[in-house]
Amino acid sequence: MNLRSITVRRASNLTATVLMGAATFLVLLPLVIIFYHIVKMGISSINIGFFTNIPQPPGEAGGGMANGIAGSAVMIGMASLVGLPVGIFGAIYLTEYGTGRLATAIRFCADVLSGIPSIITGMVAYSLVVVPLKGFSALAGSFALSLIMVPIVLRTTEEQLKMVPATLREASLALGVPLWRTSIKVTLRSAMTGVITGVLLAIARVAGETAPLLFTALGNQFWSRKLTEPMAALPLQIFNFAISPYEDWHRLAWAGALVLVVMMFGLSLVARWLGRTKHS
Amino acid sequence: MNTTTTKKYGDRIFRAITLLFALTILIILLGMTAEMVSESLPSLRKFGWGFVTGSDWDAVQGSFAALPYLYGSVVSSILAILLATPLSVGTALFITELAPHKVGAVTASLVELLAAIPSVIYGLWGILVMTPWLQSTVEPFLIKYFGFLPFFRGAPYGVSMLAAVFILMIMIVPIITSITKEVLMAVPSSQKEAAVALGATRWEMIRIAVLPYGRSGILGAVILGLGRAIGETMAVTMVIGNTPQMSLSLLSPGYTMPSVIANEFAETTTKLHASALMEIGLILLVVTLFINFMARMLLWSVTRKWKGGVA
Amino acid sequence: MNCKLSIRDLNIHFGDNHAVKNTIMDVAENSVTAIIGPSGCGKSTVLRSINRMHDLTPSARVTGTIMLDETDIYGRGVDPVTIRRRVGMVFQKPNPFPAMSIYDNVIAGYKLNGVLKKGEADEIVESSLKRVALWDEVKDRLRTGAVELSGGQQQRLCIARTIAVKPEVILMDEPASALDPISTLKIEELIEELKSKYTIVIVTHNMQQAARVSDVTAFFYLGELVEIGETRKLFTNPEKKQTEDYITGRFG
Repeated sequence: MNLRSITVRRASNLTATVLMGAATFLVLLPLVIIFYHIVKMGISSINIGFFTNIPQPPGEAGGGMANGIAGSAVMIGMASLVGLPVGIFGAIYLTEYGTGRLATAIRFCADVLSGIPSIITGMVAYSLVVVPLKGFSALAGSFALSLIMVPIVLRTTEEQLKMVPATLREASLALGVPLWRTSIKVTLRSAMTGVITGVLLAIARVAGETAPLLFTALGNQFWSRKLTEPMAALPLQIFNFAISPYEDWHRLAWAGALVLVVMMFGLSLVARWLGRTKHS
Repeated sequence: MNTTTTKKYGDRIFRAITLLFALTILIILLGMTAEMVSESLPSLRKFGWGFVTGSDWDAVQGSFAALPYLYGSVVSSILAILLATPLSVGTALFITELAPHKVGAVTASLVELLAAIPSVIYGLWGILVMTPWLQSTVEPFLIKYFGFLPFFRGAPYGVSMLAAVFILMIMIVPIITSITKEVLMAVPSSQKEAAVALGATRWEMIRIAVLPYGRSGILGAVILGLGRAIGETMAVTMVIGNTPQMSLSLLSPGYTMPSVIANEFAETTTKLHASALMEIGLILLVVTLFINFMARMLLWSVTRKWKGGVA
Repeated sequence: MNCKLSIRDLNIHFGDNHAVKNTIMDVAENSVTAIIGPSGCGKSTVLRSINRMHDLTPSARVTGTIMLDETDIYGRGVDPVTIRRRVGMVFQKPNPFPAMSIYDNVIAGYKLNGVLKKGEADEIVESSLKRVALWDEVKDRLRTGAVELSGGQQQRLCIARTIAVKPEVILMDEPASALDPISTLKIEELIEELKSKYTIVIVTHNMQQAARVSDVTAFFYLGELVEIGETRKLFTNPEKKQTEDYITGRFG
């Protein structure tokens, strides 16, 4: 190998290194810029009224997104009520009995399902809930969100359950504890922090979902009194206000974005913290 | 001689219940597909293949054809993937091969952060910050220096195919990056050591040992990113301009399949209009199902214990 | 002596692998039976078939009969859970439940199965811990986590947990192999103690240990039971050449 080729090799190594660094810089740059704008625009638009008032018409000061925040909380809560047990118990099945073809098919479908655009979930929820109930409703929104939750919770929970050492399960079984009690009281219990981490991440994920709510919950300028009425949601309000031509509403949208981001990152920070204490 | 494993009722009931919950996944997937097909039937019957070859979308006349939306989806996603792939692979390599451990870990979690930002917030930033900047700075520049190309003709609107491509690129980079990172981390260190022991530079080691080993996994990550891009709704709807036209110029507004659903589905007046939108949804479903199927096959072949559903 | 366990034509397959072949052996009540043999000879596999732990491995297939008194362990309609109540197991590595206190670990068999009266629980904890000679060492910190105990203490805790549910047979899968010599000695003394109330089957790769603790020794090689007999006789005057080679160390 002659001297020149070594120079060329070094140069190409350097070029590649610089390019990789540059790519990383370009990838992280939008993160910085987007956060800068959310924080700057959001903080200047946020006040107590934002959390206590409902939106005001453009031109009137003091509007908030209280109904959107509450609506999101209600719909995420209801979606969790259905989505979490289904996901967690499904994961238990895959952990305890999941060796056959059926289980592989279920895992595969869960992965595929989590890649389906959420707007399609919204359309399905529309024809399964909105049409029969003859109207947009919080129920339909929750239904759509729960469909999105199930595969995520299932797969993350299974990962956590699989990490429980077999020796613990055997210890329990050898004491004459039935498999189902062992599953719940030993396996699931031991994996609890991990499962909660996964659940929090799943909740954070659906908290930002907008598309599946467009024609299910629809949104509401006012407070909803019933679950069978259209209901406001934070991401929906951000969307509607962002595409509006009014400066006041843009400010509300930024404030909403800040609240949504803070809430989501709060959730994932808690999730990470839980995950970390478990390993230490 | 007896090999049956007899379980007490508790275990049998438990197995049945958990199985039922696990089966929900299949029920959801099949149910969604069946529902989309049956809701699309009126449109499928009425328009046939004309639905995907024509470009006339007129709710008043009751004639629907979806080519402009298909075109917009394909163009925006493909361009976004072309831009995002090198950036993502570069970043993943930076994290796994180049950066000191701590720096790599921090970079990886920042990428995760980027992936966690909701679509609507990308859209908000896109419409209020990015498109004005495109309109005032980038697009005039492109028109001035590259205006001789058909891709950069026309007036700078801001909201445009270009804006959709950019926002999609920003959104899918973290997905491709984090999966590529996982794939690269699965490359056995013996492979790398072998290359290094032969006197390879770091880049040569990456070329010889890392990239070939991770090829199908990276391809899976890219395809998965493509699926995300095609299905992405909110951010694209907010910046693409929502005009059903097929223009070569990236500066013109466009429209995508998810966007037209997002904009029109809640306000359909006729059954046929709703059914036509359902058919667009069905096309979207079939395409993303196929894409995800391919991607997961590739990724599962890389590592059977693939943590799907999280990314 | 009464025959507690009677194994007939036991065959165990894992997929295509024929791990245990045509095994016939009897275990007398209130005796200690040691199973020895080179690693991979199927000794643990036999042990785990006695309380149906192989039910958890989908590829495992067990044929033949194992009679526990009058019950065929693999009989139709027999609940593995009931079998495991009667046949307890102590594992190679101490495996106390990490999230539970010492106290809760001892009564884990009850706790996991449902409720237990407070007074009863105290009594079971005390008597079980006394039986394994752990009571004096831990009685002041029963509420602390079990993971804070030393390895040897953890293993004795696991034995206490096993006897707390009052089994008839205790299976031990190399119970001292992860322990220091002093803890090992304590476990061996404990086995001697427990013999009066329980029937014990112990797998060990340590021939001296087998010689010290057992009444009867079974030698397995390549999935087959080569020889079974009174421990003293088997170690001094084995009938089979293979056994002699193994106990004199010629197997390497």
